[in-house]
Amino acid sequence: MSIAHLSLEQAAWDVLRSVEDPELPIAITDLGLVRDVRVDAEARVSVRLVPTWTACPALAVIRGRIREGLLAIRGVREVSVEYTYDEPWTLERMTDRGREQLAAHGLSVPSCRFAEPPVCPYCGSHDVEIDSLFGPTLCRSTYVCRHCRNPFERFKPPAER
Amino acid sequence: MPAALATITDPAVRAAFREWLLRVADDELTIGHRHAEWTGVGPDIESDVAMSSITQEELGHARLFYEQIAGDEPGGPDLLAFGRPPAEFRNAVLLEQPNGGWEFSIVRLALYEAFEGHRLGLLARCGQEPVAAIASTLGREERYHGLFAATWLERMARPSGDARARVQAALDAAWPYALGFFETTEADQILINAGLVGKSAERQRETWEGMVRPLLEGCGLAIPAAAAALGGRRGLHTPGLAQMHAEMTEVWGSDPEARW
Repeated sequence: MSIAHLSLEQAAWDVLRSVEDPELPIAITDLGLVRDVRVDAEARVSVRLVPTWTACPALAVIRGRIREGLLAIRGVREVSVEYTYDEPWTLERMTDRGREQLAAHGLSVPSCRFAEPPVCPYCGSHDVEIDSLFGPTLCRSTYVCRHCRNPFERFKPPAER
Repeated sequence: MPAALATITDPAVRAAFREWLLRVADDELTIGHRHAEWTGVGPDIESDVAMSSITQEELGHARLFYEQIAGDEPGGPDLLAFGRPPAEFRNAVLLEQPNGGWEFSIVRLALYEAFEGHRLGLLARCGQEPVAAIASTLGREERYHGLFAATWLERMARPSGDARARVQAALDAAWPYALGFFETTEADQILINAGLVGKSAERQRETWEGMVRPLLEGCGLAIPAAAAALGGRRGLHTPGLAQMHAEMTEVWGSDPEARW
């Protein structure tokens, strides 16, 4: 493996870290969308992604932004960006930094399962009530905190088995 | 030929598998389109958003399956979704019925989601990748649709009186069509013989009834004793599909070559 090859892989990861989800204030690398990155001897870069929600309209936007970023790297000859389904997206794929960023944005994030008791992101109370399973995006549900009276949104992963 | 179909060497099995995938995709497209008609006019803002989100997911799922069927064929998934006449659709007739009242849409959603969850489970075990992996992923998304339907069913049908009577009438209307989920063609036996589907249509129906019966009866509803209304899996549809199809394909049909 050459130095040029390694630096292309490095540059590809830099691009991925700079792409944000258009519906969440978080980099796709922190959301855990990137499954793997491969650079071959012909300087062709292929990226495989794991979608959170398969019908999410952001998927095409994310793919477009990645393609654009990768093609702008000097030396890259070809780019392929694909979504794969053989390994489902789960909450464990989200990084701690990603969770902190979403929390700072006022979004409650379950630690590992949607079924665990929800926590109000403003006052920390568990005395909350679900308003709707379906929120402003496919990956969010809406709640009301009975303790501090604030409405809030909670990240909704695809249902656990 | 797409990867999912290419690995099947027997042409009869390949055609049967294609037909199965077409049923799945057409079911998702038609019910998605009917749900979409609630956007903006749902009974409350949360339900409006929920039905619209469910629409978004069903159409996304339809697209994934059409992509698998179309592969590299010219026209791709759009041609399958919008370029076929109604007689080539393989959806169950329940899903093309006009909405009527909210209670009918909720009853239909509950009946369909139980069936869809079970079918995705079968598909996840069909051994053909990437279809099996896709089915397994989608099953996790569909679960929320069933929860939404159950919540509304309970809310409308638990109190006795007019509300329950209306839900019962909706169930009486939907039930014969719902049995059409399990209509078989020559394809079904071929898939079973080839080991792609592990369960006969009769046993699938028993499993499905075991899922919906406790929910419906728990709300005080009676399961109608009616014969199945068939046709959809053979392309014999009710007027609901022609009406919906004309609307759904109008824009695409105005210029099939256009890139959006």
